[in-house]
Amino acid sequence: MTGYLVRRLIESALILLGITLVTFVLLYLVPADPARQIAGRSATAETVANIRDQLGLNDPFFVQYFRYLGNLLQGDMGRSYLQRAEVSELIATRLPASLLLMVAAIATELALGLTIGIVAALRRNRAADHGLMIFSFVSISAPQFVIGILLLYVFAVQLGWFPIGGYGTSAHVVLPAVTLGFLGAGWYSRMMRSSMIDVLAQDFVRTARAKGIAKPRIIVRHVIPNAILPVIAMIGIDIGLFMSGIVVVESVFGWPGIGQLAWQAIQRVDIPVIMGVTMVSATAIVLGNLLADLVAPLIDPRIKTK
Amino acid sequence: MKSLLLSTAAGLALVAGAASAEVDQDAPQGGTMVVTYQDDVATLDPAIGYDWQNWSMIKSLFDGLMGYEPGTTELRNELAARHEISEDGLTHTFVLKDGIMFHNGREIVAEDVKYSLERVTNPATRSPGAGFFSMIEGFDSWNAGEGEGLTGVSVIDDKTVEITLSRPDATFSHVMALNFASIVPREAVEESGEDFGREPVGSGAFRLTEWSPGQRLVFEAFEDYHRAGVPKLDQVTFDLGLEPTVAILRLQQGQADVPGDGIPPAQFLQVMNDPELSENVIEGGQLHTGYLTMNTQMEPFDDVAVRKAVNMAINKERIVRIINGRAVPANQPLPPTMPGYAEDYDGYPHDPEAAREMLAEAGFADGFSTELFVMNVDPNPRIAQAIQQDLSEIGITAEIRSLAQSNVIAAGGEKDQAPMVWSGGMAWIADFPDPSNFYGPILGCDGAVPGGWNWAWYCNEEMDQRAAEADAMTGPDQAAAREEAWRQIYVEIMDDAPWVPIFNEQRFTLVSDKMQGDGSLFVDPVHIPVNYDYIHTGGGAE
Repeated sequence: MTGYLVRRLIESALILLGITLVTFVLLYLVPADPARQIAGRSATAETVANIRDQLGLNDPFFVQYFRYLGNLLQGDMGRSYLQRAEVSELIATRLPASLLLMVAAIATELALGLTIGIVAALRRNRAADHGLMIFSFVSISAPQFVIGILLLYVFAVQLGWFPIGGYGTSAHVVLPAVTLGFLGAGWYSRMMRSSMIDVLAQDFVRTARAKGIAKPRIIVRHVIPNAILPVIAMIGIDIGLFMSGIVVVESVFGWPGIGQLAWQAIQRVDIPVIMGVTMVSATAIVLGNLLADLVAPLIDPRIKTK
Repeated sequence: MKSLLLSTAAGLALVAGAASAEVDQDAPQGGTMVVTYQDDVATLDPAIGYDWQNWSMIKSLFDGLMGYEPGTTELRNELAARHEISEDGLTHTFVLKDGIMFHNGREIVAEDVKYSLERVTNPATRSPGAGFFSMIEGFDSWNAGEGEGLTGVSVIDDKTVEITLSRPDATFSHVMALNFASIVPREAVEESGEDFGREPVGSGAFRLTEWSPGQRLVFEAFEDYHRAGVPKLDQVTFDLGLEPTVAILRLQQGQADVPGDGIPPAQFLQVMNDPELSENVIEGGQLHTGYLTMNTQMEPFDDVAVRKAVNMAINKERIVRIINGRAVPANQPLPPTMPGYAEDYDGYPHDPEAAREMLAEAGFADGFSTELFVMNVDPNPRIAQAIQQDLSEIGITAEIRSLAQSNVIAAGGEKDQAPMVWSGGMAWIADFPDPSNFYGPILGCDGAVPGGWNWAWYCNEEMDQRAAEADAMTGPDQAAAREEAWRQIYVEIMDDAPWVPIFNEQRFTLVSDKMQGDGSLFVDPVHIPVNYDYIHTGGGAE
């Protein structure tokens, strides 16, 4: 187990290193010149050249890359071109909001997805099943932007149950979490349904029935624990999906997280911020996958760590 | 020109020629206001902030020597008690008012003026506004990183500063009213370093009391402001992170007073057809021109006949209808509200028939294929499609290249990349109400360089010469002659037809029932979306 963990950690570090290289190359190739953006329209060619020089943009690619990497290893992500503030500080002030939203969204998607999946599997091929599967299909297909605005309009504006966007109290987190969890709920309900159906058809379920155990007890004690395994394993992988959803949902609800930061940085070619947010998200995704792989053998002994 | 980096819906505008606003001295003091924005504020450092969102915020936090009468484009003294210009126009003497304070409680002295101007022009500051000060003597060497400071700025005594120019420049007083010329306290700048933009200390009507990134900014009235009875409001809160659509929902619920991003294009008709909302929409002109550039150094647009034919091919009325009438058709580079606009110039008529003939005479009877670059944010791609259809009428096949803003700007700045660019969503709003502001970077030779903003790559040395001559007319008695000179320059540029001027955008500000004040304050030329310092609430403190 320790050997496995060490190997996986080394692998994760290599993946992150690869991501720094790919992102850096992509940003290097973007035709927009950050020095031009900073200098504004009234700037002379000399001013722009001067700014390029100050930011080290004239150095060869690998010099720039290794300088960034060297600083990154010391925890220095540089300063935002536009805001002039430390990137690490910008991210640190926004990360808690994104983590809160993510945890709330995972809770929402599990609660919604698992319930729907279980009910649909137990009512297989009946009206309830069809209705729920249509719902999950819609939730997978509908753009998060549309769902967010709809929820805001109905529950915040018309009914007045929740604030119209913003951040601060527990009431603020509900609508963004539901919007973000909606997509995952659709996937999870379909996965849970098919997994339940598989387990329900297993011999041990039939044996339990034959022994005369009550059906609710079989479902709760035997079927659900077995069916839930593949779903749990998905959560870690899902973090990547969240990272993309967060950009949209945060901008609809005015949630001050790193998605909002990333979106604004991309619009303004603020390269240090784009790099920083990418690195933080990539780390979250890599860690999520790692956790999923580490947790899987704990909940299903058939999966062995090699 | 301010970069419109955040949105295309609204912009920093200047309304010229507006009548001086009656500032209501009896308006009730007190009350609060909530302004919403989608994007976080980039910086509040007056040497660096240069988008339409932070521009007006900085105006309320900082003051410079010069400013404008509220709601107008009329220059007035701000921190300066007196401003004198020498006969030759080369020496400007400013005398500071007595007892003016920074937010930190220190009195402003002449040395602060020198420090502030040297800071904004110091290459280490990387200010996007440094270039505006190029007429000050010693700018070239100081901005290149040599010497000890701006030799043209000298402190005479505690109250008096003398600024010497290297050439007479009629726009200098406007430059001193730009945010970039704001007076900042050295001790606060040095203490905060790169973070000064987050911890601004100025001498404006408001001071910053709270900044929660991505969430909220709070401005509170500065008790020691140098104008009595200003600001009217006790507090302005900026709620950040709100989609324009969501902002309007909030306004309808009484939770917001001014949606800072304006009315989103998709909702414009809905708002204007809503009796309650439309009552609170204030319309004004803005110093904006939307235009189509033709790269005069790329075939076939190097032929003036082709450029004229394109000018006659475009149906501008239809394009204005596409944006729900939020603009008026244009026929010249300057907008109608700008001094120097040629009232009696008719421009090129919309005449596809004549355009086709002209194209045939130029040797393109079968038309040609080209590319049209456009920023990929609504309504710009739809406008590009209308242009594409109009061009196909005269046999020109234009392929639309719809790209992110920065990529369009990059392509336009290359000599052989973008045959045509639609300017929508990318700037073109004046920094100050003077005709020269539409020339240099976008039509002059200085802008026709790699990475420049003259995307037509139009360089006419005779025009450059005449522009320089016009700006050298600094005397008050020369103002009319100078305006006439500029008028001629723009009309004659249209003979070379480097652009198709398409329309001038109008500005529409939506506010809540609660907000009051002279109408001009809500379409204030230099304060977008509204003049925070002078508008007030109906009943005073709530």
